[in-house]
Amino acid sequence: MALTTNEVEHVALLARLALNDEEKKELAEQLSLILDYADRLNEINTDEIEPLAHILPVYNVFREDMVGASSPREDILANGPLLEDGQYKVPKIV
Amino acid sequence: MELYELGLYELRDKLNREEASVHEIIESVLRRIHQVDGRVKAFVTLDEENALQKADQLKREELRRGRIAGLPFALKDLICTRSLRTTCCSRMLEQFVPPYDATVAARLNAEQGILVGKLNMDEFAMGSSTEFSAFFPTHNPWDLERVPGGSSGGSAAAVAADEVPFALGTDTGGSIRQPAAFCGVVGLKPTYGRVSRWGVVAFASSLDQVGIFSKDVADCALVMNIICGYDPLDSTSINMKVPDYTSFLSTDIKGMKIAYPREYFQQGVDKKNRELVMAALKKYEELGAIVEEVSLPHSEYALPAYYIIAPAEASANLARFDGVRYGLRDFEADNVTDMFSRSRAAGFGAEVKRRIMLGTYALSSGYYDAYYLKALKVRRLISNDFEQIFKDFDIIISPTTPTTAFKLGEQSNEPLTLYMNDILTVPINLAGLPGISVPCGFSDGLPAGMQIVAKPFDEGSLIRAAYAFEQNTAYHTVKPSLGGE
Repeated sequence: MALTTNEVEHVALLARLALNDEEKKELAEQLSLILDYADRLNEINTDEIEPLAHILPVYNVFREDMVGASSPREDILANGPLLEDGQYKVPKIV
Repeated sequence: MELYELGLYELRDKLNREEASVHEIIESVLRRIHQVDGRVKAFVTLDEENALQKADQLKREELRRGRIAGLPFALKDLICTRSLRTTCCSRMLEQFVPPYDATVAARLNAEQGILVGKLNMDEFAMGSSTEFSAFFPTHNPWDLERVPGGSSGGSAAAVAADEVPFALGTDTGGSIRQPAAFCGVVGLKPTYGRVSRWGVVAFASSLDQVGIFSKDVADCALVMNIICGYDPLDSTSINMKVPDYTSFLSTDIKGMKIAYPREYFQQGVDKKNRELVMAALKKYEELGAIVEEVSLPHSEYALPAYYIIAPAEASANLARFDGVRYGLRDFEADNVTDMFSRSRAAGFGAEVKRRIMLGTYALSSGYYDAYYLKALKVRRLISNDFEQIFKDFDIIISPTTPTTAFKLGEQSNEPLTLYMNDILTVPINLAGLPGISVPCGFSDGLPAGMQIVAKPFDEGSLIRAAYAFEQNTAYHTVKPSLGGE
């Protein structure tokens, strides 16, 4: 199936990726090829098959809600690109 | 023989017999790195000062208690190391300095191993050649014009070039086994859940697993004993007893039942690669194993299923790179959506963008059932195929890769061609099984790998079968000629 540039733009918005026109064009072609390849999966009938998300016999993992040590705040903040008053600073949201 | 050429057991013996000091060992590998890494380019970060300082701390024998005390290693650059830059070989994380150690790094440190540096990889582990590193490609020590494989290409090349005796990497669709095969070293991907992934930057969470590159199978077993085991910090790590893997270092494989799937000896697998593995199967028969051909009928669907599932999971995992808490930030944008989109556009390379886009598409409204859910159903069928075979067999053997190492630049512009490299390794990740690649010969002077696969949590059988083969062949003793001092 061939992806249009409009579809690529929609997906890019969902993925929060700013793409230039050349990238959009290239991705439309490349993704179409890969999706064509993935369409082979439709050769198999999977009507009665349960999906397999992962192989472990583990579903929910709980632990006691205990207070423990946590990382020092300044260590965690040290990688922040822009900080103010010990908090991350971002452009206006609303 | 130089110290840097030795494996872990040999180095440990040297230390115990006081024929070498920790300092001499670390200096030897650092000298080797300076000698060859300008050509191989396996390392993205070297930590010489810390390595030498640690060596000094372990000067006296009574201070050395760990199982790899005083022995050098290196890590793929997506394994977090406290205070040492961890980049995923992406512009996005070029300046990222983790505030903590990954569990696997902490375990190696606790055994007094000495980290010498961080190794090159395809950006965020997406690729099969290490050409998608945002910094520079790594070169195959056997032929510098060829790729080392990927995504853990730096790890494989560093071990093959004698820059470190062992290294860790990760394997989502073959990223340990394929570069191990291309570089002629041992590469083991444990069962999904066997090794903690805490502090390892995630690519595809239902597939990723940490594993080992080493010069031989015995060293691999020794490191397995250290990195395997339950970690309460990783909810996918399994709370199950870990055997002593060195107890499987036996050449007795009489009666072992080996299956070889016919599908893995077709579909574009080079004749020479097939012949080398067939010769290996003969060797196993001579050693008393029972070898039979089997069928894994859904094999051809593993690759298309993988290239839906892995990008889908990646698109979710990589959503965290938003320029807020860490990583590259675009400062020009005046609203938050633009800031996310522009930061991510500037931070990610082409292949990462491609996979994020593919995964986002496969998970988006209207396509989720057709692609993602469909792929998960096919995944069940692939897993069932293996389960069926393991009712009657102990291990499955195939070539690790369809070809030997290809030339730099040869495949990097065609995503689908590049993805075909993973055709023999991705099914094992989809089924969560343990797999190892061991050297099984040469094709035109380039190493080829044999893949051995076992039941979930039966890494012991992998090690036994790999060791028996290795001890009866000499392929692992042949080294690339990078030139001496």
